Amino acid sequence: MIREFGPDEVVFILMAARWTLVLSAIAFAGGSVGGLLVAMARISPSRWLAGAAMVFIRFFQGTPPLMQLFLVFFGITIFGVDVAPLTAAAIALTLHASAFLGEIWRGCIQAVPSGQTEASWALGLRYGMRMRHIVLPQAARIAVAPTVGFAVQLIKVTSLASIIGFVELTRAGQIINNATYEPFMVFGLVALVYFAICWPLSLVARRMERRFARIAAR
Amino acid sequence: MPSSGEPASAPSAPQAGGDGPPAVRMEGVGKWFGSFQALKDIDLEVARGERIVICGPSGSGKSTLIRCMNRLEPVQQGRIFVDGIELTAGRKNVEKVRREVGMVFQQFNLFPHMTVLENCSIAPRKVRGVDRAEAERRARHYLERVRIPEQAEKYPAELSGGQQQRVAIARALCMNPKLMLFDEPTSALDPEMVKEVLDTMIDLAQEGMTMLVVTHEMSFARKVADRVIFMDRGEIVETAPPDAFFDAPKHKRTSAFLGQISH
Repeated sequence: MIREFGPDEVVFILMAARWTLVLSAIAFAGGSVGGLLVAMARISPSRWLAGAAMVFIRFFQGTPPLMQLFLVFFGITIFGVDVAPLTAAAIALTLHASAFLGEIWRGCIQAVPSGQTEASWALGLRYGMRMRHIVLPQAARIAVAPTVGFAVQLIKVTSLASIIGFVELTRAGQIINNATYEPFMVFGLVALVYFAICWPLSLVARRMERRFARIAAR
Repeated sequence: MPSSGEPASAPSAPQAGGDGPPAVRMEGVGKWFGSFQALKDIDLEVARGERIVICGPSGSGKSTLIRCMNRLEPVQQGRIFVDGIELTAGRKNVEKVRREVGMVFQQFNLFPHMTVLENCSIAPRKVRGVDRAEAERRARHYLERVRIPEQAEKYPAELSGGQQQRVAIARALCMNPKLMLFDEPTSALDPEMVKEVLDTMIDLAQEGMTMLVVTHEMSFARKVADRVIFMDRGEIVETAPPDAFFDAPKHKRTSAFLGQISH
């Protein structure tokens, strides 16, 4: 019993895109908090903290995101807890984003010239004040473009959640394809929806990059 | 008119000596960068109100010497007292000392994301707990003293090098420091801007500020210094009042150095 690939199927796919956005938003928000912690740990004078953050980053950089997803999804099940695919995907991708944003932001923090830190010390500003008022605001300007760039990557990585059965954009495409046998049409549409989400972000990232480059050159 | 006079610190008599502990005392200070010894057994006492110019060839340790006085550089040997507080005795003392010591850098190091006014008011607000209105009033007062009150709302990148350095001086003064350190303040400036910065420093010297200045501007040394210190290879080679220093240096190394620079 083969279904037509009609308007209902298109709507089903478009509606599923909401879950791609939800998962991306959760992972990005969680990853921002985690990433800031990871970045601060990486540059902390405590060797132990810096080392732990380093191991965390290396692990997520050196393993495929799909394995990270599996480890969280099946890892939690080992403890006899039933975990919803959205929860597992949200946790895995939050950790993933924390590691990558942590490393991106560490670089941005360290790109702030050391003279800024020296001037802060000379004025008597303590660590917290120096970070909050002097270093982080300047690092943030450098960080905007690579951060938006990573957000685009993250949106695409959420497609992996389809494999643990979370019905987002890619999984919706698979479901419709199984009913309609129109893979080119279906996945063409799915790809277009991803593109419609990611492209504007890429444009924003590029524009910001140019704007900050101009400010830096002033 | 907001010409409501001097904030907090009244200008004290510009006499050397005076009451209380010396502005700086260094006892047997040694400093290494890895295996390279940057400072060798330095003994130095700076009286309150004293103006000292430090000169010497590059790599002689002159910048390192003043950077030790607010612990931008830690030392491995000896003791340093600033205004009677032992800098080499723990974190808390470092913070106390940094509040009392102003520093001006070769590269200005203004905060580029803040306006001139914010640059000058951030430390009084966050370190001294001064409220915003008072901090900004104080900032405008010192911006007027360095003769750029009209630049208060601008960002550092919109100013010339000389103006930026004068802002950096005002920023340090806003903390009402007891001691000002200048690390080659005119070395990064275009020649036509050197004078405006030196004039600002001369004003400051005439008001009785205790100053340690690393510079090659020998005219400045002649005009304002109480003592000139010559450093070479991490040692204080010679210390003398400017006239004696320039006209009758005692050490060969000093005269060789003076022969190399025009003054």
